[in-house]
Amino acid sequence: MGMTMTQKILARAAGLASVQAGQLIEGDLSLVMGNDITAPVAITEFEKAGLTQVFDRDKIAIVLDHSTPCKDIKSAKLCAQARDFAKAHAITHFYDVGQVGVEHALIPEKGLAIPGDVIIGADSHTCTYGALGAFSTGVGSTDMAAGMATGRAWFKVPSAIRVELTGKLSPYVSGKDVVLHLIGRIGVDGALYQSLEFVGPGVASLEMDDRFTICNMAIEAGGKNGIFPVDDKTAAYLKGRTDRAWTAVEPDADAEYVQTVTIDLSALEPTVSLPHLPSNTKTVTEVAGTPIQQVVIGSCTNGRIKDLREAAAILKGRKVASGVRCIVIPATQEIVRQCLAEGLAEVFLDAGCAFSTPTCGPCLGGHMGVLAPGERCVSTTNRNFVGRMGDTSSEVILASPAVAAASAVAGVIADPRTI
Amino acid sequence: MKIYKYGDNVDTDVIIPARHLNDPDPKALASHCMEDLDAAFASTVAPGDIVVGGANFGCGSSREHAPLAIKSCGVKCVIAKSFARIFYRNAINIGLPILECPEAAEAIQPGDEVTVDFQTGVIEDVTRHKTFQAAPFPAFIDGIIQSGGLLKSLKARGLAK
Repeated sequence: MGMTMTQKILARAAGLASVQAGQLIEGDLSLVMGNDITAPVAITEFEKAGLTQVFDRDKIAIVLDHSTPCKDIKSAKLCAQARDFAKAHAITHFYDVGQVGVEHALIPEKGLAIPGDVIIGADSHTCTYGALGAFSTGVGSTDMAAGMATGRAWFKVPSAIRVELTGKLSPYVSGKDVVLHLIGRIGVDGALYQSLEFVGPGVASLEMDDRFTICNMAIEAGGKNGIFPVDDKTAAYLKGRTDRAWTAVEPDADAEYVQTVTIDLSALEPTVSLPHLPSNTKTVTEVAGTPIQQVVIGSCTNGRIKDLREAAAILKGRKVASGVRCIVIPATQEIVRQCLAEGLAEVFLDAGCAFSTPTCGPCLGGHMGVLAPGERCVSTTNRNFVGRMGDTSSEVILASPAVAAASAVAGVIADPRTI
Repeated sequence: MKIYKYGDNVDTDVIIPARHLNDPDPKALASHCMEDLDAAFASTVAPGDIVVGGANFGCGSSREHAPLAIKSCGVKCVIAKSFARIFYRNAINIGLPILECPEAAEAIQPGDEVTVDFQTGVIEDVTRHKTFQAAPFPAFIDGIIQSGGLLKSLKARGLAK
């Protein structure tokens, strides 16, 4: 029986010639990652278990991105705990305010995820790095603690859904629309315990930033990981970011997939997810005109440079509607610099947006844009659960940067093609 | 004991909202458990109570604070039609008993008297005179549970020092 891309990577990490779906394996890790919410719990467990050594200080990343710059004293204490641990163990890839970015934009940017890697992160959106042909998946804090101590983790080898992409995206349609459409079709548990493997002739036309967005939300379909094959665009992205040798994997011709979902990229329209599940999708034309009070453009899903260019293209020469707050948050320091260099920052400021230092803040209702009762926000983030961004009666509508920017200008949910 | 029954896709944001993640002390987490789904839960739950969920229980954020909050309330176990995979891992790793059993999750109602045998995976709804068989854990995962969690099992195997 042939193997999927994911199965090939896991087999190699486990030192096995082959693996099959359902098999329990233990494998070597290329990177163990955590943030300022999950790493402190991992550190407490690590120390409570009497562990004293990390397996490899170069293969651990601690990224203080969620509540930073610290929103309150309790958060500051958690950051201090992570900071002390990073110092005590001389953690190489420790990122604090001033260097930090939203983890799933930062880790690829720093060259810490490459094809064939096996990565666990104590954050559910760790699945983002599959865009680079890596196996990466979200875990909890105890898994992070165990990974930091041993450099290994246990996995149940997943079966997979083959997502066959054909055609090319139309203007004002992006990776976000692809993944929202997919989740709308298969549901929030449509890929439970499974891989989402993106293949087909449509892959080549997708920019890396679109692939990151698509893999980022694999978890919103319940997926263990999302993964793309490696091509010229992957290689171009990796150039200058890593000096580690990497090996691309392709699925075997006879790899077994539980189902194939075909998506014609050229047929996709700007898509949104209404409250309170990412699977509750509509095309933007179906819901255009719904009043909003806030727009968030950023996050590990859509805070990359392509996202901000697309938002700025719509906001340029326009103003955010009266009564709407538009918060733009580049995901990393490098992206902030790019926004400044390309004049995007000026576009956002001229339009009347708030333009922030990198943080996860509003996505999880932490800070930098918490919603009042009854408020509605169009957001480029990844979850629209009850209370996700604030009060339990507030609403989050998930959308692409283009839809978010168009909605900010219109003051209602708006189609970027008609703005 | 009491049954707390919820629907499909109970996400970790409603189990423990992000605004409370700045204090990971188990007692603090327990005091806000289920706050955005069932405001009465934290003040009425008692040790030995059982949470029953639908499909994809624990979806969303990887926050281990969610199973920790439930465990810290003294909840005996969670029975669900299915679990989101990170929650499933986390529950095993921290020693919160979970049972995947669609039939039991469907049949059990608030007010029922329910007993659970973790060795055999047999769930009995005493009120309805029905018994159910939960899917057994593979030996490897059972080993983690029997050791008292992932870190203890790694130490017992000499793999972590």
